[in-house]
Amino acid sequence: MAQQVEPQVLALLERYNPKKIEVTRETALGDDLNIDSVAAMDVVMEIEDMFEIDVPINQVADLRTVGDLVDLVRRQVEKD
Amino acid sequence: MDIFAKYAEVRARHARLLEAGADPFGQRIDEIRSATEAVVDGRPTILLGTNNYLGLTFDPACREAAAKAALEQGTGTTGSRVANGTYGLHQQVEAGFRRFFDRRHAIVFTTGYQANLATISALAGPEDVILSDADNHASIWDGCRLAEAETFTFRHNDPDHLDKRLTRLADRPGCRLIVVEGLYSMRGDTAPLADFVAVKERHPNAWLLVDEAHSTGVYGAHGRGVGEALGCEKGIDFIVGTFSKSLAGTGGFAVSDHPDFELLRLTAKPYMFAASPTPSSMASTGEALRQIETRPALREAIWANARRLHEGLARSGFTLCAGVGPVVAVRMPDVETTVAAWNALIRAGVYVNFAIPPGTPGGLCLLRCSVSAAHTAGQIDQVIERFAEVASLPA
Repeated sequence: MAQQVEPQVLALLERYNPKKIEVTRETALGDDLNIDSVAAMDVVMEIEDMFEIDVPINQVADLRTVGDLVDLVRRQVEKD
Repeated sequence: MDIFAKYAEVRARHARLLEAGADPFGQRIDEIRSATEAVVDGRPTILLGTNNYLGLTFDPACREAAAKAALEQGTGTTGSRVANGTYGLHQQVEAGFRRFFDRRHAIVFTTGYQANLATISALAGPEDVILSDADNHASIWDGCRLAEAETFTFRHNDPDHLDKRLTRLADRPGCRLIVVEGLYSMRGDTAPLADFVAVKERHPNAWLLVDEAHSTGVYGAHGRGVGEALGCEKGIDFIVGTFSKSLAGTGGFAVSDHPDFELLRLTAKPYMFAASPTPSSMASTGEALRQIETRPALREAIWANARRLHEGLARSGFTLCAGVGPVVAVRMPDVETTVAAWNALIRAGVYVNFAIPPGTPGGLCLLRCSVSAAHTAGQIDQVIERFAEVASLPA
């Protein structure tokens, strides 16, 4: 399951990538993908349902890059 | 390194707004003439974005009560409720809220913002979890941050998603505090509170807090909010609200039947470490509460105005975010159109609220109107005409 996290998260983020920029671990959620704090909650809620995990909101506020998001999801998947 | 460097993008966005005209986030009101009229940049302006739902800011009895209290008891208390800041007035107003909501306990706070900070942060301890609707107000999110509990989000107005969340968290120790609003202030939609109560009752150790800031005085046969309107008040464990909308003052409140609710006075830091509300604010709020209890015509007036505005804007082709209610949010197609329409409206003598991303629910661009019982039918009709003239219709 943990190995599938990155491709699945990247696939989901494609919907938030209308300019079709190349998305890597270093891509900034806010500056590059225009995912603000409210949109980040929507993204995380989708991911939570996808992986059947629960991510505390304070950890969402700390997310800066796609890599941060992937690592957070991976940690929760391994924990649960 | 410049300590403000982190706000470069905020500064750039604000500069772009100013290039387009006036500052929607800093509009000065030069002269306030009534609950619905002001002078802005030398122009008579209809106020349609003030949350002054019952128009009581200019009610003669409320103004007299505020002035008398200031003259007799001073301009401020200079102390918190746990020190020198508990006056007879604070306790009288708390008794008024107990009576109005038919609850055993009521606590007043210095602002509505602090009412959420205090109540949520004190109720949810480190072992507990908070379940918060995705569209909740900033004061709720900050209350969650201040609480030591972990907070999880569920989809806006989605009791099934909450149910799923609570099921997944079933093995966690502690209590679950569910936090929703009665009327959501940006889109103007109401919560399916009876469904949330039903979900809460299916899960052990779950408690429901409803913020009725925008619905107090407007919804329900007695004005107690959306919970009353939907007939599920008794399933709501804690109600939080504000004085700064229908009650036409500054402050906040929380009520509950829980026998230990008064312990918040000894545990909630935003209550214990803030100066208590001023005598004038307490006096006007107490009077406003009496007005709400004794003048059902105020509610009839605001609902008539809400219907008139909603129908008029819908007839003109605007897309509205919710059904008839005191908040009428006009959905705009993009940021540029929203900015241009807001500027055109203020120049045409109509003040509405302005909301663009980031930070708006669903990334919406909105011109947000709030109706008052004090608006005349003529003012509502003028607003509808101005909208049709100056605000581009969404494609």
